[in-house]
Amino acid sequence: MLKYLLPLLIFVVMAIFLGLGLNLKPNEIPSPFIDKPAPSFSAAKLDNPEQKLTPADLKGQVWLFNVWASWCVSCREEHEVLNQFAQQKAVTIVGLNYKDDPAAAKNWLQGLGNPYDVSIMDQDGRIGIDWGVYGVPETFVVDKQGIVRYKHTGPVSAEDIQAIFLPLITKLQAGT
Amino acid sequence: MKYVSIIVLLMLSYWAVAVDTQQLATPEQQAIYESLTSELRCLVCQNQTIADSNAELAADLRRQVAEMLEQGKSKQDVINFMTERYGDFVLYKPPFKAKTSLLWLGPGLFLLFGVIAVLLVVRRKKMSSAGAIISSEKQKKISKLLEEGDGS
Repeated sequence: MLKYLLPLLIFVVMAIFLGLGLNLKPNEIPSPFIDKPAPSFSAAKLDNPEQKLTPADLKGQVWLFNVWASWCVSCREEHEVLNQFAQQKAVTIVGLNYKDDPAAAKNWLQGLGNPYDVSIMDQDGRIGIDWGVYGVPETFVVDKQGIVRYKHTGPVSAEDIQAIFLPLITKLQAGT
Repeated sequence: MKYVSIIVLLMLSYWAVAVDTQQLATPEQQAIYESLTSELRCLVCQNQTIADSNAELAADLRRQVAEMLEQGKSKQDVINFMTERYGDFVLYKPPFKAKTSLLWLGPGLFLLFGVIAVLLVVRRKKMSSAGAIISSEKQKKISKLLEEGDGS
């Protein structure tokens, strides 16, 4: 009896492990910043490099921190979703223009629309390192106290907005 | 043969394509730099270390490591800096924690299962061969038959 059961058992165990493996997303590394204060920065604004933005300026509001670049192919896919989302005015959207040429970045926003309330520049990628950015696009949700609440790696889809971002933002907006 | 060796040598030249490495002030720092960059994972191309990778992020992280060492930071400082930002995943040698215990103990557990399985099989074999002892009467009959067989 055992002779026949054993291979079946081994098969079931392997199937479970392989099945779990299929559903794992090795590209999505859990961010160590969840429920931690947003990493600080003081960065020049894209449209006006004289002015700087720091996370402290955004205290008291819920904000989305979206890492983008004009060279990033999947950002293009995400851009339309962000444009539509921005029209709802549900949240402040801050763009981090990551390792990009400012002229190319401005061109991109002019051509495709600008969903960002403000974009800041990170030409040498240091803010990116501080935020643990490893793939563009990435999107963080930061609450009113400046605590990172969520991180999304890869392009945000319209479904993600409906299923994840909107409920979370509504909840955070209701908080103090 | 000549061609084969040429091809093999050309394949080996892959190793000579060095990724831009930083030159640090002292040999000690250089040694720490080299050991660090070969212990940190490039997060874009996950199966390469930042020393091996040509990805831009890897170059930025190498620059970061070099700068921190030049500022007099220790190896542990750099490792802390990286794990604060990217989590334990950035380390090729993750620390032993509850979350990584399966990773560290897994191979040992598999070895243990293997040893137990082998012991069980060996024991079963022994038991079944013990059961195969046949009565001396039958044994005699068998040898007689065998002898007869030889004769023909």
